[in-house]
Amino acid sequence: MAKTLFDKIWDTHVVKNIEGGPSVLYIDKHFIHEVTSPQAFTGLNKRGIKVFRPKQTIATADHNVPTLNQHLPIKEELSRLQVDALIKNCAEHGVELYGLGHPFQGIVHVIGPELGITQPGNTIVCGDSHTSTHGAFGAIAFGIGTSEVEMVLATQCLMQTKPKLMRINIEGKLNEGVVSKDIVLYILSKITASGATGHAVEFAGSAITSLSMEARMTICNMSIEMGARCGMIAPDETTFNYMKGRKFAPQGEEWDKKLVYWKTLFTDNDAGFDSEITLNAEDITPMITYGTNPGMGIGVNENIPTLAEVNENDKSGLEKSLAYMGLQQGHPIKGQKIDYVFIGSCTNSRIEDLRMVASFVKGKHKADNVEVWIVPGSKQVEKQAIEEGIDKVFEAAGFQLRQPGCSACLGMNEDKIPAGKYCISTSNRNFEGRQGAGARTLLASPLSAAAAAVTGFVADVREMLN
Amino acid sequence: MKKGFKNITGTFVPLSIENVDTDQIIPARFLKATTKDGFGKNLFRDWRYENDDEAKPKVDFPLNQPQYKGQILVAGKNFGCGSSREHAAWSIVDYGFKVVVSSFFADIFKNNALNNGLLPITVSEDFVQKIFQLDNAATLSVDLEAQTITIDATGEKESFEINAYKKTCMINGYDDIDYLLNSKTEIEKYEESIA
Repeated sequence: MAKTLFDKIWDTHVVKNIEGGPSVLYIDKHFIHEVTSPQAFTGLNKRGIKVFRPKQTIATADHNVPTLNQHLPIKEELSRLQVDALIKNCAEHGVELYGLGHPFQGIVHVIGPELGITQPGNTIVCGDSHTSTHGAFGAIAFGIGTSEVEMVLATQCLMQTKPKLMRINIEGKLNEGVVSKDIVLYILSKITASGATGHAVEFAGSAITSLSMEARMTICNMSIEMGARCGMIAPDETTFNYMKGRKFAPQGEEWDKKLVYWKTLFTDNDAGFDSEITLNAEDITPMITYGTNPGMGIGVNENIPTLAEVNENDKSGLEKSLAYMGLQQGHPIKGQKIDYVFIGSCTNSRIEDLRMVASFVKGKHKADNVEVWIVPGSKQVEKQAIEEGIDKVFEAAGFQLRQPGCSACLGMNEDKIPAGKYCISTSNRNFEGRQGAGARTLLASPLSAAAAAVTGFVADVREMLN
Repeated sequence: MKKGFKNITGTFVPLSIENVDTDQIIPARFLKATTKDGFGKNLFRDWRYENDDEAKPKVDFPLNQPQYKGQILVAGKNFGCGSSREHAAWSIVDYGFKVVVSSFFADIFKNNALNNGLLPITVSEDFVQKIFQLDNAATLSVDLEAQTITIDATGEKESFEINAYKKTCMINGYDDIDYLLNSKTEIEKYEESIA
């Protein structure tokens, strides 16, 4: 029978199906961090049990860590307590921890792929909704709650009902100045922030397969913003070339064996989806959001929608969003003054993102009215940026290169955007208060963020290329 | 083990907003606890108070309006989207809700709710709108065994879906983790089969 990529992986991970209920699904890799794991370990300790398969769980500290002076003790007491609890829990249960000071530390969804832990055909979970990132390798990867973290620690399994399947095809060639972040913001603007709820989404089409692994990760990362259970892309030569030689990727004969299996991971021609949409890459322009959910995006040259243009049900939402954002219906977004630029997060903090920004800003300087924070996704990304001299480019441009962590994406550490200020951000959520109470977030690509950093307002990066 | 339930009848709190994300339910700055207790006081924190000041409640927010109370929260579609933080479910439970009604729930939130004895009930958009039109003394009746929710004043009723396994868990207060721990032999057998 013809199978989808999702089916092929799901079927080989079902331990058993429960009559009239979910399946017991085996989990290959489990990532944990300091914020959503402490209560799970407390649960294990209360039951008097140990982590069942400690070698299949990998820990890092990312969500609340400072991005300046990481060598010093964490000043914020509650953050420090969470990081200390992670250290203690990992030590007691034999879980490998890439904590602060470790050369592999970084945002959980950046380090998994860069260390070769994330592999095609895997089931991967983490107590973080952006676990969907790992699906770029042809894995079933999704975010879970803390009770589920406890289940995986205790049994290496989860109870899951099989989602519906959706395929989103992007065909054609991207325009200059348009990158993978624009693709995903464009999809979101078409299908809305709940458009894929209850579905596993496979991204396909020529515009997707022509992307690098890091660009693919950006798209799968934001599949949760459509409500999708997970996002995935079939592995191909680009995937295998990216993985080869990475620290924990299979080596030698083991690699050859795995490669044979990985090459079977694609959706068969006759396999069906519950829904399918196709969009043209040529229609996509640099995207930016104007509202308070990631589905509220427009091309940079478009006007903010008017109340008259949207559905009856969406009117109050639009009104509430624009009031929060301090923006006017029907007005252009281009030219909107910006106060902060944040380039980072599990969506866009990889070396290619930093290279993209550096090559654009080389020889330019930030506008006086903006503060620019560049937060690399991991220690390895930071190291590579320094080796390539990217740090010098940023310094000359007046950009501040900080240390790895989730940072201003969710403002759990000191990196908060003040109330009422506008931040163009390469992160994934523009929810009210996400980057700090009262902060106003405009989501965009690293390239568009760099353009705003240089001009001090929302700009069309295409007018600034060459 | 949590406390299970079969029926609830009572007034409700209407939250007529769509796409309520978990950052609104419990802002990230309150995620620094290492226990599951006490999140209720920060539920919808930034919608409840001006400038994060408990002395300045926003009067138009339903949780601050004394006419609205009860163990049933009724919200607009796509409730619980965004971050996977289970703290969102903990804060709703800790505040005193046992049921959340919406026309649409985000997946991760739905699982988190069920894992904490909070029943997410998906009904039609029409039915949610009908509830929003009711006055604050109106009551709703939830019958988990029959899988129905009724507007008591008019008798209008809708059925909701919940799989048989989850229903048993909710009624009896069972956890998935108990089930999984009892499946260890099968899990080990599975591991041998893929080795």
